[in-house]
Amino acid sequence: MTTPLLRLSGLTKAYPGVVANDDVSFDIGHGEVHALLGENGAGKSTLVKMIYGLVKPDAGHMMLNDTRFAPDKPSTARAAGIAMVFQHFSLFAALTVAENIALGMENPPKMRALAARIKEVSQQYGLPLDPLAQVSDLSAGERQRVEIVRCLLQDPKLLIMDEPTSVLTPQEVEVLFGTLRKLRTNGTSILYISHKLEEIRTLCDEATILRLGKNVGTCVPRETSAREMAELMVGTRLHQPERHTRDMGADALEVVDLSVAATSQFGTALRGVSLRVREGQILGIGGVAGNGQDELLAVLSGETLSPKGSIRFQGNDISRLDPTSRRALGVLAAPEERLGHAAAPDMSLVENACLTAATRQGLAKNGWINWGKTRQFAEDVIARFDVRTPHAQVAARALSGGNLQKFVIGREIMQDPRVLVVNQPTWGVDASAAAAIRQALLDLAAQGAAVIVISQDLDELLEITDDFAALNEGRLSVPVPTAGLTVDQIGLMLGGAHGMEQAHV
Amino acid sequence: MFKVEKRPSPSRFWSWMAPILAVVATMVAGGIMFWMLGKPPLEAIRTIFWDPLFNAQFASYSRPQLLIKAAPLILIAIGLSIGFRAGVWNIGAEGQYVIGSLTGAGVALALYPLEAWWIFPLMVVAGALGGFLWAMIPAILRIKLNTNEILVSLMLVYIALEIQSSMALGLLRNPDGAGFPGSRNLQQYPSAHNAEIWVGSSIHWGVIAAMLAVIAAIFLFARYLLGFQIKLTGSSPRAARFAGVNPNVIVAFCLGTSGALAGMAGMFEVSGPAGQVTIDFATGYGFTAIIVAFLGRLNPLGILAAGLLMALTYIGGELAQFIIGLPAAAISAFQGMLLFFLLAGEMFVNYRFVRIRKVVA
Amino acid sequence: MDWSAINPAFFIASIMVSATPLLLAAIGELVAEKTGVLNLGVEGMMITGAICGFIISVETGSPTLGFICGALGGAVLSLIFALLTQLFMANQVASGLALTLFGLGFSSMIGQGYVGIVPPDVPKLMEGADLSAFQRIALGHDAVLYIGLLIPVIVWYVLKYTRLGLVLRAVGEDHEAAHALGYKVIWIRVGAIFFGGACAGLGGAYLSLVRVPQWTDGMTAGIGWIALALVVFASWRPLFIIIGAYLFGGVTVLQLNLQAAGSTIPVEYLSMSPYVITILVLVLLSVLQKYGLLRAAAPAMLGRLFHASN
Repeated sequence: MTTPLLRLSGLTKAYPGVVANDDVSFDIGHGEVHALLGENGAGKSTLVKMIYGLVKPDAGHMMLNDTRFAPDKPSTARAAGIAMVFQHFSLFAALTVAENIALGMENPPKMRALAARIKEVSQQYGLPLDPLAQVSDLSAGERQRVEIVRCLLQDPKLLIMDEPTSVLTPQEVEVLFGTLRKLRTNGTSILYISHKLEEIRTLCDEATILRLGKNVGTCVPRETSAREMAELMVGTRLHQPERHTRDMGADALEVVDLSVAATSQFGTALRGVSLRVREGQILGIGGVAGNGQDELLAVLSGETLSPKGSIRFQGNDISRLDPTSRRALGVLAAPEERLGHAAAPDMSLVENACLTAATRQGLAKNGWINWGKTRQFAEDVIARFDVRTPHAQVAARALSGGNLQKFVIGREIMQDPRVLVVNQPTWGVDASAAAAIRQALLDLAAQGAAVIVISQDLDELLEITDDFAALNEGRLSVPVPTAGLTVDQIGLMLGGAHGMEQAHV
Repeated sequence: MFKVEKRPSPSRFWSWMAPILAVVATMVAGGIMFWMLGKPPLEAIRTIFWDPLFNAQFASYSRPQLLIKAAPLILIAIGLSIGFRAGVWNIGAEGQYVIGSLTGAGVALALYPLEAWWIFPLMVVAGALGGFLWAMIPAILRIKLNTNEILVSLMLVYIALEIQSSMALGLLRNPDGAGFPGSRNLQQYPSAHNAEIWVGSSIHWGVIAAMLAVIAAIFLFARYLLGFQIKLTGSSPRAARFAGVNPNVIVAFCLGTSGALAGMAGMFEVSGPAGQVTIDFATGYGFTAIIVAFLGRLNPLGILAAGLLMALTYIGGELAQFIIGLPAAAISAFQGMLLFFLLAGEMFVNYRFVRIRKVVA
Repeated sequence: MDWSAINPAFFIASIMVSATPLLLAAIGELVAEKTGVLNLGVEGMMITGAICGFIISVETGSPTLGFICGALGGAVLSLIFALLTQLFMANQVASGLALTLFGLGFSSMIGQGYVGIVPPDVPKLMEGADLSAFQRIALGHDAVLYIGLLIPVIVWYVLKYTRLGLVLRAVGEDHEAAHALGYKVIWIRVGAIFFGGACAGLGGAYLSLVRVPQWTDGMTAGIGWIALALVVFASWRPLFIIIGAYLFGGVTVLQLNLQAAGSTIPVEYLSMSPYVITILVLVLLSVLQKYGLLRAAAPAMLGRLFHASN
């Protein structure tokens, strides 16, 4: 048996209160696409950070081509032939593609030579890129290409990819997989981190599954069923949300030909968006990040005001009302960014309860806040949504992502909304909490509220929504019933084929 | 090895300890500074912090001065702290203080020599209005055009000082003053004089106003929705917008209120302890109040204590100048140093040191 | 009033002298801001540089040593700011204000015995009463003035064409990403702050040794703050700093000349004109940005706190 490219032996890393990695060992062979599979919080990120030299292991060691490998900083790892594409791109929006790539290299050539190399490599692997374009003008898929090209310019032996497809359309995923297969053919090994089982089954040669920081098994994905891998990953059987058939009531919220200019330099303008949700209906809005999701939520919540007559609630124009007045009517929202948008990080959960519930729950009267009542409301949310926190006076930033998300969604649901708009309700949330949030949204609709779910997780949208529309460059497709939609059809919609009728042309 | 880690919640212990430690550290560093100036360090510190309060010879004079010096500092700092909490940086309080003194005194001088009970209240309103309007210049520019309020409010200080000279030499000059610069002395105009309310108490209306401002600020932040919205805006502007807070209202309220309070402070000063509009009326209260606001950790009761402490350093500094010949500017440097230590100590409120344990691999 | 009292060659030459402290302070602040640091302590660093340069130059008789120590004084003071904001993670606005308040007090304290003294003369490239207009404008200055003109050009080149400049800009655009790539965000910023302090200190020393030349308490009189506005005016472009500084210098010299020539405008209104014009320029820029005629080029991380989480 040949020596593997990289051998991990007994890697352990503990943080205060949590063991992120516990005695993890596995091998990555030459020219192998190796999957690292696990839920959020299973320890995947910590593990790759150790390989990339960002985190030092407490115990255990690594062997690269049979020599001891202990990188103390990323540049050491890069020098040894390890390259990494992060989930959140470390790109500088105000700089050009070439400048960004130069920053990631130890000894970059002159700008002109580098630009030529970028063109060459990007064409060789089917990843077209303009070296002189400013990154802020690129789509998420193109930004990822910058990261990949940056890695490829250093001829890596091992390319680490952290959740690479979470920002891509299905078509872009195909392009990416093509590139990765070419790399494998050229002898590059790839460590592919994901929680999407089907992707791993189509792409990877071998998979290591992490659960709660431990290696719970290695398998050959092509020979293992998705179900088996899921059970290894999650440990217990998943709770499937229950869907009851619901009666759709009258129109609750209607948006008519809404156009709003971009509010920030790097924002997206909304163009002619129209939609309608009825009581009891869940409308799903899919799309790749940065296509106007934040802007749509801001317009519906009242953070951004829209032209007169563009938004109606129960027939009345609410387009010029501020968020507080909309909440009083029952139009509530939960934005994607939990820390700093849906919640103030440095404020307690009680104060964060006051943030959106002051009017509708009667927590403030004539401008005076009733803190007793506010604390009670916060505690009710914590109890009903199983938010894990010592008490309600803890600062929001101290909660884990999933717990804070439960609090934020719970805070809106507990206010008995007539219309609820949520953006990425389960992003970064562990599977059981995600299931609980989805169930709560279904229950809310069952009680007669209209729900709009904006999400980049197609599985989530297929699971809980009644109708589906796609957001692309600020334009919304005509909503179609979710039942019977295939992933391919959705991919076309996300790619900008507006409305199914165009797909037939 | 240690590393710095953000605390899950701000430490209550350190939010009390940090200012106290900062004062102690400043005494030590200040002592060293005085020693390097060739002054006896312990005596200097004692003269500044102890003698004004307890020295048998000076205390009877210095102690009442404390409230007189502290009142404008507290009044201005309360206003500034409201803005600082919201992330609205009014650092031009000195200018608003000057304009308030001019409008307040202007009203009195226009009515001279009329005697009526309503003159003084009218001066208070005029002083507050003057400061308010001066502060609304940066407020409106920030709201309408997103112009940086720090630079605008600061430039307006220099402009206000020039207006003050122009007034002291021109419009408000005492016609009976034999051509000397400076206005009539309001201490000699009973209806306009901000005199002691009780004889010997050294409490004038400015002291009362400062106390009322402290109490109002306590309620504003503890119970009032607007106070919550101000804190929210400072802590997380985007979350505030989502909560339905109109940032423009917050900017206008913060700058307007701090301007009005600074203007009022200027009016109480010119009609009381100072007595007249002169070229050098402004002595930096508007800037020192920034230190007071931070030293009090932007908390109303903290500001009350910090204002008294800072007033003590002023009076003690004068005393030290008189007794041991400490340069007057040493006190400004000393106050600046206090702010350094305070800002450094603030870290312990939000961060902690944790030991990195090394496990032998 | 008497316009003929204003000699054009002298006028332009004195604009150059008047602009230099502002130019130096602003280019230093620009570099700091490019890395994402907002240092409001320019006024404090300038005045510290002014007094340090003045004292050393009076005591040693060497203006060169004075300029070096002025720059050092400003730089050392800026290290306090660096310590507070980069290591103790204190608020940058408050720390900068603290620097200014401390600098004003400290300089006045150590400058006590130096009021009214005339510092040693700073040698000029060409001197004499019979210089032609060209000679007076182009060659009739001291070395620091030319260095002041050179620094923005060097900064422009470094920022635009070198790797160091690329890293500096990167840190100012996104410190998290720069950290993830392994760049030492904190140390890069400390370096930029130090450079900014040295430039401000040199500018201060120029004020007390050449421009005035004398020491008086609080003699910077807001020039440090105008330098901050100048960075905004230049939209963080180094070469625009030169243009801006010369414009402001022009305003200052013009109002001083008008005062001397006995203009009918009261002295106070002339004295406040640089500040009024600063506000007007800020407003003009805001209007241009509001209507999209000018792109805000502020570094994205300006004034933001960085704490490496790992």
